Amino acid sequence: MGWVNVILQGVLIGGLYAMFAAGLSLIFGVMRLVNIAHGDLIVLAAYIALMATQGLGVDPLTSLLLVVPVMAAIGYALQRGLLNRTLGDDLLPPLLVTFGLSIIIQNGLLEWFTADSRKLQAGALEIQTFQIAQGVWVGALPLIQFIVAVAVIAGLQVLFYKTALGRAFRATSDDQSVAQLMGLDTRHVFAMAMALSLAIVAIAGVFLAVRANFDPAIGPARLIFGFEAVIIGGLGSMWGTLAGGIILGVSQAIGAQIDPGWQLLAGHIVFLVILAVRPQGLFPKVSG
Amino acid sequence: MLDIRAVDAFYGDFQALFGVSLSVAAGQVVAVIGANGAGKSTLLKSIAGLMPPRGGEIVFDGESVGHLPAFATVKRGIALVPEGRRLFPSLTVEENLLIGAESRRSGPWTLRRIYDLFPVLAERRHLPAPALSGGQQQMAAIARALMSNPRLLLCDEISLGLAPIVVRDIYARLPSIVGEGLSLIIVEQDIVQALRAADHVYCLQEGRVALQGVANELSRESISAAYFGV
Repeated sequence: MGWVNVILQGVLIGGLYAMFAAGLSLIFGVMRLVNIAHGDLIVLAAYIALMATQGLGVDPLTSLLLVVPVMAAIGYALQRGLLNRTLGDDLLPPLLVTFGLSIIIQNGLLEWFTADSRKLQAGALEIQTFQIAQGVWVGALPLIQFIVAVAVIAGLQVLFYKTALGRAFRATSDDQSVAQLMGLDTRHVFAMAMALSLAIVAIAGVFLAVRANFDPAIGPARLIFGFEAVIIGGLGSMWGTLAGGIILGVSQAIGAQIDPGWQLLAGHIVFLVILAVRPQGLFPKVSG
Repeated sequence: MLDIRAVDAFYGDFQALFGVSLSVAAGQVVAVIGANGAGKSTLLKSIAGLMPPRGGEIVFDGESVGHLPAFATVKRGIALVPEGRRLFPSLTVEENLLIGAESRRSGPWTLRRIYDLFPVLAERRHLPAPALSGGQQQMAAIARALMSNPRLLLCDEISLGLAPIVVRDIYARLPSIVGEGLSLIIVEQDIVQALRAADHVYCLQEGRVALQGVANELSRESISAAYFGV
């Protein structure tokens, strides 16, 4: 039963990785922007949640009601005020600017909150578990996290394919100048995409901070997990991203079971193998 | 309704239009003809707001619109059917039409009216846009522009790459579109087609207006002289 538990834990953590990845993949899809600061924005969201829980005395899940809109507003402003200026035919300027942003966020958090490890306290919820079969246990929090991740992915899928905003995202992604001809202000469309991306970042950041310790320097590693989940799943496919996150989570869990030192290595190796064998990812979007 | 006064337009340092002036009255069909590189598409892009002119003025309904971005121009009632159709490939036919209505102008054109005019689009509305034939894609591109309920429709090379019979079919529907009181500028390389459809013709040559006049009053000789610059 040990292995069943291990794989189950891997699947559940995979939901978190899928949330890291979803925002990343969303903005790359809409505006070809690779956001190097994505991981640091996740950590920023965790600190905003920390301030909310300490300042208002609410529990971490309730703090989402505040953290999600705050991060979305930051995303909109960031895109409108800064990142839109970097977009063009060249992929390099946004890469460099978000790299700089990553350093600024890390050091800003370090100045403000020090390098101490923090954690969000979710009280009794953190240690609640269910036995779902003989010897197979599931924690309440990882389960909630996974359900939220699936809901986020499903929500994105609906938004992309059933709403006017999603239609605008896809049209802008296809052809920016024609999208403008149709009356879409692409600067606004991009800012909405970044707002949505950071709203997902906010959810991911809160679950990350409840699950484990965080400090200002852990952002880049979350970015790598996000990238790996996107690549494993295949660009442009939301459900593929969820599958990518799960594969990454399970690989890490199995690696850790064999030898604790192998946890991250196992994830990276599986990622590299998939990249080598199937560079388009496991579930790439079928082009129309 | 549209008054273009001495417009200069540039691609970087390259000047594509030199003091081009043109006017369109309400309900009028104006054809712009000329050889490759004469500046026809540039002129349409300038009117639509994709390429703001560096000199001169574009006045639409008494308002200067030359410096507005494209998304604002379409909200004032100028729609462009771009060269090469450029439907959104990842959207279905119907989604393409709905994007056309993003400017939220009210008027006679609705999905229903469009489907009455182009029944083939209704049949294929749930297919991805690239699944349409070239002629159907051109109809969809025109329909998408109509969804913004424009007062001025700009059509860039709608006959490009289409079989003559398909071109005739598309041109045969223009009267029912103009019948709604909308003005039309068509850019064409197919001069015969353009002269037949238009009230007034402008011939561009190397970025300048070389000839203009009422469509059925211009002689073939003067047109070919203006076209080829001989």
